[in-house]
Amino acid sequence: MGKTFLVARRELGAFFSTWMGYVICAAALFIDGILFNAFAIGKEHRFSSEVLANFFYFASGIAMVAGVFLAMRLLAEEKQNGTIVLFYTSPISERQLIYGKFISALVFSLILHVLSLYLPALIFVNGKVSLGHIASGYLMLVLLGSSTISISLFASTISPNQLVAGVTGALFTVTMLVLWMLADIASPPFKEILSYLAIHNQHFTPFSQGIVHTKDIIYYLSVIFFFLECSVRALEARRWRG
Amino acid sequence: MIIAENLTKTYPGRKAIDNVTFTIRGGEIVGLLGLNGAGKSTILKILGCFLMPSAGKAQVGGFSVDENPQAIRRLIGYLPDHPPLYDEMNVHSYLTYVARLKSVPSSEVASKVDHAMGVTNLTKVKEVALGELSHGFRQRVGIAQAIVHQPKVIILDEPINGLDPVQIVEMRDLITSLRGKHTVILSSHILSEITKTCDRILIVDQGQLIAEGSEAELSSQLAQQQKLSIEVETFSESLQKKLAGLPGITNLKVQGSSENSRFQKIYLESQGDLRSKISELIVNEKAGLLGMVRLEAGLEGVFLKLIKPVEER
Repeated sequence: MGKTFLVARRELGAFFSTWMGYVICAAALFIDGILFNAFAIGKEHRFSSEVLANFFYFASGIAMVAGVFLAMRLLAEEKQNGTIVLFYTSPISERQLIYGKFISALVFSLILHVLSLYLPALIFVNGKVSLGHIASGYLMLVLLGSSTISISLFASTISPNQLVAGVTGALFTVTMLVLWMLADIASPPFKEILSYLAIHNQHFTPFSQGIVHTKDIIYYLSVIFFFLECSVRALEARRWRG
Repeated sequence: MIIAENLTKTYPGRKAIDNVTFTIRGGEIVGLLGLNGAGKSTILKILGCFLMPSAGKAQVGGFSVDENPQAIRRLIGYLPDHPPLYDEMNVHSYLTYVARLKSVPSSEVASKVDHAMGVTNLTKVKEVALGELSHGFRQRVGIAQAIVHQPKVIILDEPINGLDPVQIVEMRDLITSLRGKHTVILSSHILSEITKTCDRILIVDQGQLIAEGSEAELSSQLAQQQKLSIEVETFSESLQKKLAGLPGITNLKVQGSSENSRFQKIYLESQGDLRSKISELIVNEKAGLLGMVRLEAGLEGVFLKLIKPVEER
């Protein structure tokens, strides 16, 4: 675990010692603020819980986009700059490296979520929503964001540079996102399978309404674990390919 | 300390290295010499557990690169052709990070980082960001990260690449200072540096190990082919014909004499030692033998001869 956290700590430091971290934070908070006013509050009269559900709806999109941006550089940049050699020739396992990278992006996204807390806090102070509703929404944002980071980290592992990693990560994420559309036109049992695999629709809605299902948590944890292990295997296979 | 047996690495459509076999003893400094693309880096990457061989075996410190790469990674320090540096970190924090990555116990990290900076003359710039360092300093940091955990084996891929003459001398001194304490294998395509730094040389060409030994040993491999520079007082076409007709002469060039010189220089290449026959012939021709010098092949000669195109070998 020591090496995992060593990698995570350095990577987190890199987010804040370059423009990358600040730009992602500023952009996410700026868009959060605009959408909160224009979309969540809007012109019509709404219940506080509706405003909060709307906030979580657009915040989920921002969490996914931020996830792609955060993860696209994690391995691809190391390959691009040649610093990946340091890991290949040091006593650190591929799993420690991948999980370390993942933890760094996860911590960064948590910071991002914490910085956006003032928006639901405004609803809590001025309206009537439960802390449980806010907590379940944020749990969803963390799980969804982590899933996107995991998917894009895999894209970063198999891509030669950041640009390709970003495009590939976005492609994977969007594919996972629109599976529910395919589910709409598919016949059973594929309908159920595609609907279950979709990253947003079926698993997202209960959280945004303040309802937490264990099966949804298990789904997101499975996605995270699956793509992290895919990244580990892809990195291990590199030694053979050369 | 390092054993390679029939090491082969194949990529689709080509062999990067082919049946390479060699042994390196503990404490030796060994140079891999070859043209760009000869396969030097591939050998080093396999020894550094960076790549898996397609066939053959490699062992470092008794551990196999196939079966126990993590054990080898604890034993080695590796400098790739481009130092793996994070531009946003400063020298001290980077070396501290690398030391931890290399499993140096926490209590020893500070002392080992100080030692590595001292050996590589980096103490003065320890607070400077890596991105602001000159190429020479970056290369030094690359060496420092390779030795910070005081590994038994140090692998250096083109360590003097891009350095200016002063930096080359410093780098050479640094590498030779590692002799005895560490086993060093380094690659270069610069002959003079390999000669000055290494105890032994492995010459690689088109993925194959074509010669190995010390500079003297390699030069003596070419002793069979002699190169002679001869000075005569009177040169004639008859002498030229008779010299060229001697059995064993492979090449003869007459170097034109200057107006101020009474002497004529002849350059001869022969298979075997023909010096007595040549001198006898010149004396019989009454050409006036003024001098005969055997030209040493030198490492450059060995290298150029060994790596000439396959069809000429």
